[in-house]
Amino acid sequence: MAEHLLDVRDLSVEFHTAAGVVKAVCNIFYHLDRGETLAILGESGSGKSVSSAAIMNLIDTPPGRITSGEIYLDGVDLLTMRPQERREVNGKRIAMIFQDPLSHLNPVYTVGWQIREAMTTHGLQSEAAEAEALRLLGRVGIADPQIALKKYPHQFSGGQRQRVMIAMALALRPDLLIADEPTTALDVTVQAEVLALLKELQREIGMGVLIITHDLGVVAEIADRVVVMEKGALVESGTVGDVYRNPKHPYTRKLIAAAPGRGAMHEDDQKGDVLLRVRDVRKSYGAFEALRGVSFDLMAGQTLAIVGESGSGKSTLARVLLRLEEPDTGSALWQGRDLFRLPPRELYRLRRDLQMVFQDPSQSLNPRMTVFQLISEAWVIHPDILPRSRWRERVAELLQQVGLSPDHMRRYPHQFSGGQRQRIAIARALALEPRLIICDEAVSALDVSVQAQVIELLDRLRQETGISFIFIAHDLPVVRDFADQVMVMRKGRIVELGGVRQIFEAPREAYTQALLAASLDPDPDVQASHRARRAASPSPLSME
Amino acid sequence: MLTFIRKRSVASLFSLVGLIVMVFFLSRMTGDPASLFLPVEASAEMKQQFRELHGLNDPMLVQFGRYVGDVLTGDLGESYRKARPALDVVLEAFVWTLWLAVTTMSLVTCAAIVVGSLAAFRAGGFFDRAASMLSLIGASVPDFWLAIVAIVIFSINLAVLPTSGTGSLAHWVLPIAVLFVRPFGIIVQVVRGSMITALSSAYVKTARAKGVRSGPIIFIHALRNAMLPVITVIGDQAASLLNGAVVVETIFGFPGVGKLMIDSILQRDFNVVLAAILVTALAIFFMNLLIDLAYALLDPRIRH
Repeated sequence: MAEHLLDVRDLSVEFHTAAGVVKAVCNIFYHLDRGETLAILGESGSGKSVSSAAIMNLIDTPPGRITSGEIYLDGVDLLTMRPQERREVNGKRIAMIFQDPLSHLNPVYTVGWQIREAMTTHGLQSEAAEAEALRLLGRVGIADPQIALKKYPHQFSGGQRQRVMIAMALALRPDLLIADEPTTALDVTVQAEVLALLKELQREIGMGVLIITHDLGVVAEIADRVVVMEKGALVESGTVGDVYRNPKHPYTRKLIAAAPGRGAMHEDDQKGDVLLRVRDVRKSYGAFEALRGVSFDLMAGQTLAIVGESGSGKSTLARVLLRLEEPDTGSALWQGRDLFRLPPRELYRLRRDLQMVFQDPSQSLNPRMTVFQLISEAWVIHPDILPRSRWRERVAELLQQVGLSPDHMRRYPHQFSGGQRQRIAIARALALEPRLIICDEAVSALDVSVQAQVIELLDRLRQETGISFIFIAHDLPVVRDFADQVMVMRKGRIVELGGVRQIFEAPREAYTQALLAASLDPDPDVQASHRARRAASPSPLSME
Repeated sequence: MLTFIRKRSVASLFSLVGLIVMVFFLSRMTGDPASLFLPVEASAEMKQQFRELHGLNDPMLVQFGRYVGDVLTGDLGESYRKARPALDVVLEAFVWTLWLAVTTMSLVTCAAIVVGSLAAFRAGGFFDRAASMLSLIGASVPDFWLAIVAIVIFSINLAVLPTSGTGSLAHWVLPIAVLFVRPFGIIVQVVRGSMITALSSAYVKTARAKGVRSGPIIFIHALRNAMLPVITVIGDQAASLLNGAVVVETIFGFPGVGKLMIDSILQRDFNVVLAAILVTALAIFFMNLLIDLAYALLDPRIRH
C-alpha cells in the first residue's frame, strides 16, 4: 500500500463531561496526500474539528481521551510519539489556521513577533526569521509589510488577520495545513480572496490541505475530496463531484437540500400599502459616516432583505429604525408619523409594532428566565394587550406557532439548541403582535439545515399574519428564497435596490455582481465555472 | 498616551482636594487642641494665647483657607508636639514605610506570579491544590495574630530575630514576612484564575499549534495577558501598605507612617495628621498613575 501523507485510522475520541461521556469521534478513517485538499464537512456537534485537534495534539487530557486509532504522518504514528517529538512536528510539518483570527492571535504582541516566533521556535536565527516574516507578509498580500510587522492584531481587518495567520502557518513550508473554518467569520468577497490565496500557496508549497467547514460552498470551491461527518461518525466520503451529485447517506442529502438559494423566488409584487417610508437617513460616529443617505419604502406584508458586508451600515440602519440609536438626519414615516421625532410616550406605544430578532439567541435571551417568563415579559411591559389569565394559553399558542411544544415553557434557554433558541426569540417578538420584525443576521449563527427551517418559519409567519420583515444578512443566497425586495448596501450607501428576481438574475451594479460571484455555490461545477470566469477577468473590487 | 495621563491626573486631583477638605474639617471637630496641648491646670488666658498663636480662634473657613494657601506653598505647618515642620516629620516616617511597602510588594508580586502561574498550568493537580489551600489561609489569617506568633517563635523561642525596632537588616525580616502573607494569598488566587482563562484562550492554542514550548507559553504568551486584572489587585494591596500598615508597624515598633498617624491622631497633632494624609494620598495617586502606565505598556489595545 502506498503511504499517504496523512492517514487517520479508526480514530475515536471521548470527552468526560459533567453530563457523562461524550463520544466526539467514533472510529473514523480518512487519508490525505501531498498537493491534495480534503474537506471535513459537518454541522456543529458533528466532531469535525476534533480529529484535527487530535492531529495537532490540542485535545486537553482530561477531559478528552483518545480511545482508539492511529494517526500516521508519512508512515509514522503521531499518537505513539513522545511529547517532545510531537511538539517538533507542530508548526514545522503540520500547521494550522483557525476560524476567528482575532482571538487566535495574541493581542499583546506584534504580528511580526508572532510570525518570527513560529520560525525561531524551530531553530531559525532571529535575523533570518525577521527577513522571512517580511517576505511572507508581502506574499500573502498585506500592504506595506515593513510597517505591518510592527502592528498589533487589532489594527488589521478580519481578512488581513487571516492572511497574517496564513503567513505564520506557512512560515516553515509545512507538509500539511489544517484550516478549521478559515473563512467563516469573513465577508463573502474576502472569503473568496482568502480561499484563492490558500489554493495558490498550496500549489507553491505542494502541501496537503485539510479544511474543516460547515459550508458546502467552501467544499465546492476548494476541495478535491470530502468526508461528511454527523454526530461523531463519518457517514460519507468521496470526490466532491460524486458526493454532491450522488449523495448516498440521507444526512448528506439533507445537507445538500438545505443549502440556501435553491428554491423558488418570490415574484416581484409591489402592490399594497407602504408601511414604512425611509428618507435620507444619515448617521455618523465622529468622523466615520455609517449611513450616508439611505432611502427606501417597505410594503406591508413584504420582506425587505438588506445585504451588505461589514462596515456597510446595515446593522446601524436597524438600530436607528428601532430608535436604539438616534439618526443625525432623515425621516422614517410610519402610518403618517415620523418615527425619528416621536416623543418617548408614543415611542413606547410604537415599540409594540416594531420588534427585533438578534443574531445570537444565546446572548439575547436572559439565561435566568424561563421560556414562559421570556415570552410573557412583553405583556408585563404592555399590560393592555392580554389579561394575565390568558398568558399561559397564549404562550403555548406562540410556541406551537414557531414549531416548539407548549411544555417547553417551563424550561430555560440553555436547555435548547441554537435553532430552538432562535425560535424562542421569534416567539418573543411575536408576543406583541408586531407589524414589522427586524431580523439582524438572525440565521447567521445557525447550522445550514437549521437556517433553512428558521427561514421557512419566518416566511410562513409572514403569509399567515401579514407581518413585514426587514431581514439583514451578509450573504446573498440566504435571502434569495425569502425576500421580496433586496437592498444591497456598501459603506453606508444603497448600491442597488430591486425585486429579488432582478437582483439575482439581472444585477445592474458591479458590486452586486461581485457579491453574487463571490458567494459560493454548493455545486462544484458551478463553482468551477465561477473560478474560470474570475480567472479570465480578475475582480476590480478588492474589499481590503 | 499623554492625554490619557493628563486626564487621569486631573481626575485624581479632584479626589485629592476632596480628601483634604474632609480630613481638615473632621479633625477640627473632634475636640479643642488648646485644652489637649496645655496642662489641665492651664488658665483660660494661656489657652486663649495658645489659640491666638495658632490661629485657632478664627472662623473654620478662614483656618481652612490659610491651610490651603500653606499647602500650595509647601508649608504644612509645625508639629505641635515635636516643634518641627510637620512635613519633615511625615517624610521621615514615610521613607520607612515606602521601603517596607516596595520590598514587600516586589517579593509578593514575583512569588505570587510564579506560584499562581504554575498552579494554573496544572489546574486541579497536587501543586494547584496545595497552592490554593495555602493562599486561602494566607489571605484569611489576621496580621496582628501572625505578628505576635512570629515574635513568639522567632524572637523569643528561637531568639534568631529581634522583636521590634530598627537598626539592622534583621529588623526588617519579621515585618516584611508578616506583611507578605495576606497580599501573597490574595494575588496568587487572582493570578491563578486569570492564568487559567489565558491558558485556555485561542491564542494559546495557536502557540501550541506552532510548537512553542510550555515555558514560553505560560510566561510569554499567557502571562502578559493574564497580568491585566492582576495589576489592579497589586495596586490595591500596595495602596493599603502605603497607607501605613498600622497594626504591624505598631507591633514591631516600626517608625513608619502608619504608626505616626495613629500617634498623631491620639495626640491631636493636626498638622502631622494632615501632612501624613496628604503625602500618602499623593503617593497613592502616583502609584495609580504607574498602574495605568503598566496597563498601557502591557496591552497595546489600551495604548491606541
